[in-house]
Amino acid sequence: MSGPAPATVRRSAGEVRERVAALPDPELPVISLGDLGVVGSVAPGVDGVLEVEIMPTYLGCPALGEITAAVRDVLRACGHPEGRVRQVLSPPWTTDRITPEGRRRLAAHGIAPPVSPAPTGPVPVELGAVPCPRCGSRATRPHAPFGPSRCQSVLWCAGCREPFPYLTAL
Amino acid sequence: MVRLGDDALVLGQRLCQWITRAPTIDEDLALSNIALDLIGHARVLYTRAGQLDGSGRCEDDFAYTRSAREFTNTLLAELPNGDFAVTVARQLVYTHYAVLYYESLARCADPGLAAFGARAAKEVAFHRMHADRWTVTLGRGTGESARRMQQGLDRVWPYAAELFEEDEVLARLAVRDVVLSPAVLRETWLGGVSGVVTEAGLAVPAPAWSASGGRSGLHSEEFGPLIAELQSVRREFPGGTW
Repeated sequence: MSGPAPATVRRSAGEVRERVAALPDPELPVISLGDLGVVGSVAPGVDGVLEVEIMPTYLGCPALGEITAAVRDVLRACGHPEGRVRQVLSPPWTTDRITPEGRRRLAAHGIAPPVSPAPTGPVPVELGAVPCPRCGSRATRPHAPFGPSRCQSVLWCAGCREPFPYLTAL
Repeated sequence: MVRLGDDALVLGQRLCQWITRAPTIDEDLALSNIALDLIGHARVLYTRAGQLDGSGRCEDDFAYTRSAREFTNTLLAELPNGDFAVTVARQLVYTHYAVLYYESLARCADPGLAAFGARAAKEVAFHRMHADRWTVTLGRGTGESARRMQQGLDRVWPYAAELFEEDEVLARLAVRDVVLSPAVLRETWLGGVSGVVTEAGLAVPAPAWSASGGRSGLHSEEFGPLIAELQSVRREFPGGTW
């Protein structure tokens, strides 16, 4: 004899936020959504339904669908099956929102973190402004403005003679 | 809003046709990334348009269920890719306009549209840099690349005027201070593109005619196949979602 399945514990907004922030970014799995800085507020909306705000890095970011689905899964697992995911454009996401831990993890995985503070608008990086994440040389120069994902461009290092991805400052 | 969305979607679709055909693999990535951004812009604009006009239409309704006649993009956006220089020239004309117009949207009264404008202007500024670089690279390259870049500019230039056309709808919005009429941006735009063309060692074309009609749904012969391709999956699987 088994009764109805036990209802999932309804977790608090703070706990939901923590779990959403811990999700890996689909395109840069070395970094969490929290460290990428794309998680906005997590709070009940006017109708009492829990809302998770996601700030898109780029408007056409192909990972947005996957992120939304992953956040919905978290909401369900946390006892908020009716929870909503909302894209917010204001305040806009910029690379300044990436945490120090996020920057450290990017560099450790061979992706040069954005030069901070971000200039106004995505502009080409100056010669030597970005150290090579592999050998640390500052003898680097832009190679291709568009890289393996929309948020990355490609730089070239004269020290180790290798190209490397750079998270374009925005 | 739908007009801007149509420009972005149609140009994005055109750029997608370069995939696997671009001159280098870096360029393949560049053009597809730019296309991705443009399609992202169209999605936001369509969604907001559906909320504001009270019709409840979603982004897919705008993209997939309208006939060619119902699209209000400029003829520039649907202009066939031509050779690479024509695509570069089209990007040059569009990006210089879009940065200015989106920056003006960033100051409009609707908070949703303003946030979009601020965001999209930054993205298109990156596309503009890409177009500027190619214009100069080809213009200052070999005799052949300069000749073809000039031809590209000459081919595209008559289509620029439509971006700044002011019809009754825009005039009404401008009077009510809802959005800026693009007509007032023309001089600034011309200064920007002329600077790049001159730096490339090329001549700013003086077109003898101006294309028109796209904003009222009158499109070129090449538009039908483009829209058919864009809507083909949805037509094959009606009601399907992604």
